[in-house]
Amino acid sequence: MKHSLLPHPILTPVLALIWLLLVNSLAPGQIFLGLLLGWAIPIFTLRFWPERVYIAKPLTLLRFLAIVLYDILIANIAVAGLILAGTKQTRPAFVRVPLALRSDLGISLLANTVSLTPGTVSAWLSPDRSHLIVHGLQVHDPAALVSEIKTRYEAPIKEVFEPC
Amino acid sequence: MITNLGCGLNMIDFMLAILILIGAAFTFVGSLGLARLEDFYSRLHGPTKATTLGVGALLIASVLYFSTRGEGLSLHEILVTLFLFITAPVSAHLLSKAALHLRVHSVARPPAEAEDPIADQRGSSAAHPPEQAS
Amino acid sequence: MLSLAVSIAFALVAAAVVLSLWRLLKGPDKPDRILALDTLYINTIALLVLLGIHLGSSLYFEAALLIAMMGFVGTVALCKYILRGDIIE
Repeated sequence: MKHSLLPHPILTPVLALIWLLLVNSLAPGQIFLGLLLGWAIPIFTLRFWPERVYIAKPLTLLRFLAIVLYDILIANIAVAGLILAGTKQTRPAFVRVPLALRSDLGISLLANTVSLTPGTVSAWLSPDRSHLIVHGLQVHDPAALVSEIKTRYEAPIKEVFEPC
Repeated sequence: MITNLGCGLNMIDFMLAILILIGAAFTFVGSLGLARLEDFYSRLHGPTKATTLGVGALLIASVLYFSTRGEGLSLHEILVTLFLFITAPVSAHLLSKAALHLRVHSVARPPAEAEDPIADQRGSSAAHPPEQAS
Repeated sequence: MLSLAVSIAFALVAAAVVLSLWRLLKGPDKPDRILALDTLYINTIALLVLLGIHLGSSLYFEAALLIAMMGFVGTVALCKYILRGDIIE
């Protein structure tokens, strides 16, 4: 019974927070309405969310977010430099990243992270989800890029969302 | 007291100006990359990263500006920032998938399997591809 | 100082819009044009946010949010059209 009343415990506060940001107020009525929406929307959209999300290690998640934010800043300065330097400086390449992640959420998180960080865009996911094709703007050593993506981004995501 | 307050406001003004300039510069660089890089996959990098960060910086400047005018906190611009940071990689991924599907010109050789229409789940030749559970 | 920064920012973002428009017209492929459209709407959000700071009004936030959502949906729809030849299956 509990399972059907609160199918996604994480989604509820997130939706409530988004509601509060949307109305831009912290009035008690709005908090109540936000929590109500956060409770009702997951129940009505249950069919879109077949997997239940667990966060195994919140501290690892926070550290991962900090790393990603830092990388976004650094990556942007690097990419801006490459763009200003012109096309002769770039050395684009496609690399194959074999995936250890299995869940939908994990793979989409990794793809999004890869797209936002150092000179890489996730370009294609193989139909059997065994590997991700990544386009790099300046690739000197493809193997090093693959191992960096795997250790820096994939390992924490796996630790947090797929602890088994 | 008054001078102190004025100094604080100046400080905020200064930070706002820096944030706005950084944001606008990144937005410009993103579009510059779109205009001048060589092939489609390289061009994808400019808008997905630089423009997103640029607009993010502008929105944070907006949060700072409206929050320091004495009308209480104004955080709703954060929603747009979050939304952009979530959607930009998704649209980049879809765009590159579409580009691989159409086999657009690329400096780096794309992997053969990604360009193979049969490997691309539903196939391209069929007008009405059969529905499959993904 | 703030108004000067906003003016410079307006000029930079306007230049960004012009560059995106150029790519939109030049192509050469369909994904290029979609990418240019995508960039164009993000640039528009930047312009709206700057206008909000310039005029001191937070009314433009809703428009920016709507453009962000509609632009994303538009990009996804166009990509799906290229990938599948159909938008609604």
